[in-house]
Amino acid sequence: MGAVIDLLNQAVRIAVPYILAAVGGTICELGGVVNIGLEGMILTGAFCAVLGSFYTGSAWAGVLAALMGGGLAAWLHGIVSIRYRGNQIISGLAVNILAGGITKFFLKAIFHSSANSSRVEGIGSWSLGFVSKIPILGEILSHPLLLLTLALVVLAQLLVYKTPFGLRLRAVGEHPECADTLGIRVHRMRYAAVILSGMFAALGGAWLSMDQHQFTDNMSGGRGYIALAALIFGKWTPAGAAAAALLFGLAEALQIHLQTMGLRVPNQFIQMIPYVATIVILAGAIGRTKPPAADGKPYPEGD
Amino acid sequence: MSGQWRKLGVQAGASVAAVAAAFAIGAVLMLLIGVNPGLVYARLFEGVVLNPYGVAQIFFKSTPLIFTGLAVALGFQAGLFNIGAEGQMLVGAFCAALAGFGLSMPAFLHVPVCLAAAFLGGMIWAAIPGALKIKTGAHEVITTIMMNFIAMALTSYFVVSRFHEPETVHTAAVAVTARLPRLEAFSSFFHGSPANATFFVALLACGVVSWLLWKMPLGYELRALGLSPAAAETAGIPVDRRALLAFAISGGLAGLAGTSFVLGYKHYFEDGFSAGAGFLGIAVALLGQNSPLGVVIAAFLFGGLSHGSLVINALVPKEIIEVLQALVIILVVVANQVSKRWAR
Repeated sequence: MGAVIDLLNQAVRIAVPYILAAVGGTICELGGVVNIGLEGMILTGAFCAVLGSFYTGSAWAGVLAALMGGGLAAWLHGIVSIRYRGNQIISGLAVNILAGGITKFFLKAIFHSSANSSRVEGIGSWSLGFVSKIPILGEILSHPLLLLTLALVVLAQLLVYKTPFGLRLRAVGEHPECADTLGIRVHRMRYAAVILSGMFAALGGAWLSMDQHQFTDNMSGGRGYIALAALIFGKWTPAGAAAAALLFGLAEALQIHLQTMGLRVPNQFIQMIPYVATIVILAGAIGRTKPPAADGKPYPEGD
Repeated sequence: MSGQWRKLGVQAGASVAAVAAAFAIGAVLMLLIGVNPGLVYARLFEGVVLNPYGVAQIFFKSTPLIFTGLAVALGFQAGLFNIGAEGQMLVGAFCAALAGFGLSMPAFLHVPVCLAAAFLGGMIWAAIPGALKIKTGAHEVITTIMMNFIAMALTSYFVVSRFHEPETVHTAAVAVTARLPRLEAFSSFFHGSPANATFFVALLACGVVSWLLWKMPLGYELRALGLSPAAAETAGIPVDRRALLAFAISGGLAGLAGTSFVLGYKHYFEDGFSAGAGFLGIAVALLGQNSPLGVVIAAFLFGGLSHGSLVINALVPKEIIEVLQALVIILVVVANQVSKRWAR
């Protein structure tokens, strides 16, 4: 029993950046903009969190800096893909290359190392007495960022399906002409969606670097692409994306546990799971899944 | 005719303006950390363009980029977005290595067999998303991204756990008969550079693709498919079969990208050797406006820049080069969109 709880706790911790980036990416795609740049936005968030914490001594200022950095990276993706109606895939890939280059550039310039930053203040758990002893839930409740992640998943699901903003968002992603006719500002909605997604992904990055108390080179390590897989596997709903991300986290945790038990499953095969699963679901083998109708299509507002 | 030249002029002008703007923004970043950008750019120009070794390195570094750029460009011409060049390159290179150390035959056969193995490997890896798109409608952008990561994990598994030389993460060396010669064997200009004959294979591939796309009926059909699938179908072109063929050729070209490393440079397959050449191929195709000649020019620029990162490393963090490459991509996308509006 203890081992199972350890496993689940670890799965949750592994899944946090997947969950946040996947939920953010879902919001972005529901608004009609594909976001391949999640990877770069996670990396930017991880780096900005360390910068913020390094210069102010406050980990929460770091989180704030991460949100700003991720929002800025996403805004750039927005300018290219919304304002200039450029190819969203290429723009996203460019954001990833840019984030990889710029974080290492400033890592060297500020911390004089090509591998890692100095140690900074991170965000630790708070003690809640007996509550912390409750399996899984105790772990989540006693870590502020885990709690925030859980809250954001719930809020995102409500935002998308229960608020006027969510309705407009989905309208803009499904049928922008129609939304435009009804007086919805298509571009403004899409900018909001893209920037929100960047902030979500950056918070995932902040989790990574705040957890390790430092930034390490290319810390995102492909997590943005796993998040992309999760949002498709979750069929373009925030809750679905979060569940898929958790599932992928569980697979990774399981591989680590099997290894300690002496059962060696080559980790390359575990790494493949999210990608194979996504191809399988896209090919329609496990029920049909469909992106928003105008996903990836630029809209010429006011032309 | 004059309209076409005008369009070409506007496109070229937009690309040049975008590259210039990227260098300007790079200069601001350098000023921000207290480095003189004039010095860095002067060193870059001197070390890459004015120096024989630097020029030889442009040949070497651009070779894989020509293949992957050509792969992406051919896909674009046929209306497909192949982001899978990275994975196709890995699988192709691995197949070339297998054929290189696993088979033994005379050189005049062995080299072509290894090249064919690379082409075939990339082709098969691209045919999977191709078939999925045609049969199920699964979008190739997502499936090719996923196939990249599956290829990375799979080749990594094979080279780390199955086919590795003890204490290394690379395969055995390919037979001497399977190796492509270095260019320094022909001219002292290339002395010390790993630039090798794969470069000419890449140029040949550009020639063949040009001929296929603009001189052959098949190429006409592929371009028709890229311009309008509906119109192509109405004209009686077997759209699905042509799309699958475009995937296959595109993947095969990307599969050849690793042969410069495997047959011409290190002579083995090594885990993680591709270093993003597949992704940069997208940038190369974009900057080259999807034409084979443009791809060669763009590959020279990106190849020269990546050699340049070593030249300027003492002056400024070499990642400024990655930043410049990303800025070029972003600004070219924007410049293309703006010039499209002007050209109307």
